[in-house]
Formats: sequence, structure tokens, C-alpha cells
Amino acid sequence: MLFVESRQWVIPGDLLAKGEYTAGENVYKDGEGFYASKVGLVDFENRVIQVIAVHGCYLPSVNDLVVGKVLNVGLSEWVVDINSPYKGVLFVSGASGRPFDSRRDELRDILDVGDIIIAKVLEFDRTLDPRLTIKDRGLGKAESGYVVKMTPTKIPRLIGKKGSMIELVKNRTGCQITVGQNGYILVIGKKVEDEVLAVEVIHMIERDAHTSGLTNRVGEFIGKRK
Amino acid sequence: MGDSSEAISNIERKRIMELLSKGKRLDGRGVKDYRKITVERDVVEKAAGSALVSVGETKVIVGVKVEVGEPYSDRPESGALTVNAELTPLASPSFEPGPPDEYSVELARVVDRGLRESKAIDLEKLCLIPGKKVLVVFVDIYVLDQCGNLFDASLLASVSALMSSRVAEYSVGKGGEVEAKSKYVPLPFRSYPVSVTMARIGGDFVVDPSLDEEMVADARITVTTDKDGNVCALQKGGAGVFSVDEVLEAVNVAIEKSEELRRNILEV
Amino acid sequence: MVSKARKKLVGKARGRVDGRKPNDLRPIKIEIGLLKRADGSAYIEQGKNKILAAVYGPREVHPRHASLHNKALVRCYYRMASFSTEERKSPAPSRREVEISQVIKDALEPVIFSEFYPRSMIEIFVEVLQADGGTRCAGITAASLALANAGVPMRDLVASCAAGKVDGQLVLDLNDVEDKEGEADLPVAFAPQMGVVTLLQMDGLLSKDEFDQTFKLAVDGCKRINTLQKEALRGKYLAVGTTGGSGQGERGG
Repeated sequence: MLFVESRQWVIPGDLLAKGEYTAGENVYKDGEGFYASKVGLVDFENRVIQVIAVHGCYLPSVNDLVVGKVLNVGLSEWVVDINSPYKGVLFVSGASGRPFDSRRDELRDILDVGDIIIAKVLEFDRTLDPRLTIKDRGLGKAESGYVVKMTPTKIPRLIGKKGSMIELVKNRTGCQITVGQNGYILVIGKKVEDEVLAVEVIHMIERDAHTSGLTNRVGEFIGKRK
Repeated sequence: MGDSSEAISNIERKRIMELLSKGKRLDGRGVKDYRKITVERDVVEKAAGSALVSVGETKVIVGVKVEVGEPYSDRPESGALTVNAELTPLASPSFEPGPPDEYSVELARVVDRGLRESKAIDLEKLCLIPGKKVLVVFVDIYVLDQCGNLFDASLLASVSALMSSRVAEYSVGKGGEVEAKSKYVPLPFRSYPVSVTMARIGGDFVVDPSLDEEMVADARITVTTDKDGNVCALQKGGAGVFSVDEVLEAVNVAIEKSEELRRNILEV
Repeated sequence: MVSKARKKLVGKARGRVDGRKPNDLRPIKIEIGLLKRADGSAYIEQGKNKILAAVYGPREVHPRHASLHNKALVRCYYRMASFSTEERKSPAPSRREVEISQVIKDALEPVIFSEFYPRSMIEIFVEVLQADGGTRCAGITAASLALANAGVPMRDLVASCAAGKVDGQLVLDLNDVEDKEGEADLPVAFAPQMGVVTLLQMDGLLSKDEFDQTFKLAVDGCKRINTLQKEALRGKYLAVGTTGGSGQGERGG
């Protein structure tokens, strides 16, 4: 039995349902009841109840595409900020195909503190920090552009159904946009004005993520500015 | 300033400097523009005076308390002024709870110099019994949200809090007892110091640096002026350097901007 | 300090010192998400109390050796600004602030799913800008909202309220004068969905019957404050395209 309607606002502790359901994201089961653990919109799919949270930190998942910032250069690895309580670790083996000779200078030639990278999560479990790689196609160091930050819980909204929202933003602003699952988004435009517009649109999507008709409003907003 | 836990990214640094070479900033401001400033006075009724100031997203609250105490031995006929600053851990991921570190001490001392050297409060008028009892004015700065330029926000909040302060009038009895009357009066003001902080990024200057700009800057300069446009306090910070001409130019800019701030924000 | 001719704090005609009836909460105003840097934040005014709460985390543990392998380390710091009380207070933490930091942490930790984030840290900061009795309770109420604002997963919100005995009468939500000069003060924190008490303290003297009544009064106060917490959260998130919104105060009762 459901105690809430689909897309209803819920807060931690709200009773969502009782009975034969499965607890999805941000929902916990206690006895027969299913309860929300975060503020957000409740959603049902088949018999899975989940809450699309407004805020939350990023927990890495294997194969996630992430945008990160190099914090530290170690002896054979880099430590990367991926907007998570767990720092990403990029070993040399995940960065370069060449055989490696342990000298720090060589590491800094590949990546230095402050560099932005597009990476993939290779491994993660909560006993070890997430391992990253930048060896696949499309991954690597960003030479230019602007990094926007968004709460990771709204990344799916930014991407849209089958990528519809992000494609709209890319096409209409003419920018290359790499959306990290971790809430960091790299925007590269031919002109600074295009990047500024794309960043504003991304903030607008974050702010209005839970509203309907957003795709149309985004289109209109860009139309007025370009 | 205390925010050293994570460096700014290289591409953002590049972006900020590219824009600056064209006289532009990330948030669209001109190089001499301040962010939006709001001042709310008397936010803490239990304090003698208080003010909450926002400069952009930076938020600082200052409370003033006035007590009867002993004068400093080298200034027996003068009231006392004490400024303390707390970089509360609410304000930034890199502020930790604990006693004041070098950043909060520097902030307190720069604000103190601005207030003291401009003689903002006429401390001589706060003497009750020379050598024995004076009024001690405590200015306590609590930084609530660090989004760049704590110096200017803190001095604005301190002066506003002092302006909103009401203290009891005291009577001195024959036997040297000091008693608070039920009448409340403002503090005796002589000047209204304002500070203007500029960050040096490459060879360019920006007034009222945002958090990003502070992280990219190689040096900063804070110039404090009194209500007549005299320079009363200076502070250079950061590991970078200034040329002589840069210093002179910075002081000119500060005099110009502080006049605007005094007029529009403090309304004096 | 009790003066020789002590005014009665509760008079039948006049009500309590501030005119409230025994079961009245002080007026409450709440604002959520007002700080930019913090992961979550909330501000509460309850009578003359003005309290700001901020949350950082889950994030990396400092110092590293304090890290727990199976859950997040939860830390709390309760501090009073030096200008928050009648007499100026030294900025250094007093023993009282250290104790209150501990009880606030113990009031909130039971509802946090800390096991979801091993080897990380969740920090709660409560700064009292103006104090007028019951600051630990208002601090917990605000901190709970700051945790929700930060997206920390929780079983429930926690609401907190004190009840006590003043001039022989059992009253709700004591202010500073009532706390200092009354006969008993009983702060309670309650997680309404789980139906459990997470903070319980008392100082004073109460008979068994008085204790039963006072305790239930405090729990009832918590439930009423929880309603205001929920209103404040809905107000913040339901308004389309805005980041503002505050809960409305409750008068009378």
C-alpha cells in the first residue's frame, strides 16, 4: 500500500509504503514500512520505490565517467579530487602505456597539481579509495575550458532521457560538454560567451530540476541569448 | 587566506587571467567593482551593537560589547578597544575549530589598526576614573561564510556594529563607585574607516576579490582610509610582490572606492 | 543571582514573564540553505535565540588516524559567540560548550546512516549568535535541518524542546530567565517517525508525577517543532526556481 503519490515531495522519515516493494535509492525498510532517507521526490518503477534526492555527495561506481582535479603528485600515482568523501587514485599504469621508471619529475610531466582530467572509475569498494584510469578514448587531461559544479543527484536530469537534455544544450550553445557522474562538468566552447551561456543553462537546470517543461524553457532561454 | 586545502585548477587560473587581460572578471564585474553589499544592523539585541554584512556571498557578523574595566597602563586616561576575529568552521571547509590561527589574528589586527589609527571611536571620552576605570569596547568578528575578501566585509561590519551600539551612561560617585544610569547613548565617533582590498593577479589588479580570485592571486593589498581620505592603515599579504607604482596606484583606487563605500554603505 | 524580593515568574493573570501560556512555544522562524560554502545549513530564531547550524560531509577524515573502518565519524561543535549573552563570553570553548557539543552529537548520530560512508567524516557546527535559554534544543532542531539540506541520509529528522517547572507550574520551552530561576529544566530531543528519544537531560527537582508530565510535555513540544521543520523544508524546496523559503512561526497553542 502506497502512502504517497508519484513525484510527491518527501523528507527523511516519511512513510512511503508498506508491503511487497523493493527499497531503491534513498529509501530504507524498517519492519513492513518503506521510508525516505533524504529530501526529494518519490518515484515508483515497477515495485521499486526510490527518492530522487535534492542533495547528496558522490559515491563512485565502477565505469562512471568523472571529471576530477589533481590534488597531489605521489611517487607512482596522483591523488584526484572527484567531489567525493573518497579521493580518486590514478596510478601511472592507468595514465600511460609506456613502462614507468619511478622518478617524480616524469609524473609531473604527464599530470601536475591543478590539472583537470576526464577519467573513468576502474575499481571501488568502501575499504579502498577509488581507482581511476585515463587511458580509454575520450579520457585524459583537459587543456582548456571551465568546470561547473552541480549536486551529483541532479546529473541524470542534466543528461535527460537518452541524453536529450544535454544534447540540446550542446547543440544550441555550440559547446563540448563532458558531464561527470560526480557532479563536475567540463564545458569547452569556441568563444568564452558560449561557455558562459552553457554554464548559466547548467545552473538553471540544477535549480529547476524537479519542474516540468524544463526542456522547453531551456530551449527558450538559449534562444533569447543567441 | 586559510583556504589552502585545495588549489584552484590550472584551466580556471588560465581562464581568470585571460579574462583579466581584457579587463573582465569571471562574474562579469569590472576590475574596480564591488559585489553587492548589504548591511543589517542591530541583529543581536543582547549585544551593545551588532551588524551582519554580506559582500557578495561572503557573510560576516560583528557584535560589540562594552564593559567597565581597567585602562592600559600606558594610556591611563583612555578607554580600551579590543578586536577579535573568529574564522568559524561554518564558513569554509578548510576552517577548523580551535584557537585563532595566523589568518584570524591577521584579520583582527588589520581591522583593529583601521579602527584605532583612524580614531574611529574617541577613546578619551570613554574614561570614567583616570588610571582606574574606563570603558572597554570589545569588537568580536565572526566570519560565517568565506567567499572572498574578509577584510573589507569585517571592517564594514565592525564600523556598522559600532555605529549601532548603545551604551549606558555612567555616573562616578564620590567614593569612586561607578554606576550605570538607565540612559543609553551612542559611542563617541570621530571617523569612519573603510578598507579597500585589491588582489594582484599576474600584472592586473582586482578590487574586492572573490574566492576564486583570491586563490589565483599572488599578492593582495588592503588600504584603509579615514573619513577625510587620509591613509591610516595598510597591509600587504601573500607571497608575491608589488612595484612602487603599483602601490601608489592601489592607494589611489582605494581612496576613490572607499569614498563610495562610505557614502553608499555606511551613509556618512 | 537571585535578588531578595524575587518577582513571581508566573502569574495567573499575566502569564509567564514573556506573556506566554504554559504550553506556548516561543515564536519560531527557520531558514534553510543560507550559507554558500557549507554542504548544508539552517538558521533558527526561537524567541530571542538566534542559532546557525552548518554541516560539512561526508568528507575526508582529519586527522587520518581518527578514521573508522565501518562507518562515518560524526563530530559536533557547539559554540556561543562572545556577544551572544548578557555578559561578554570569552571566545574559547567553556566546559559547558564541550558537554553540549557531545550531547548534540549523541542526539543526531542515531538517525544518521553513518554506515553508508565508512572512512569518512560528517561534521556539524552550531554557532549561537544570541542565547536566551534552550540553545542546545534549538541547535539540534537547526542541525537536523542542516543535515537534511546537505543530503546526509537519515532515518528521521530530530526535533528538540525543553519543558520544566517554573514557580510551581509545568511549562514548555523555557527562556533564559525561566531556566535560571525555575525549579527544573528538562531538554529532550525526539525522532518523531522512529518514536525515540535521542537527547534527555535534566537539572532541578521534580516529583515522579511532575517528571512524567513534564517529560510528556517536552515530547509533545518536539512533535510540534517537527511540524515546523517539515514546513520549512517544504517551503524551501517546493517553490519553483527559488532558493529561499522559511517556515512560519507558531504562536499560542
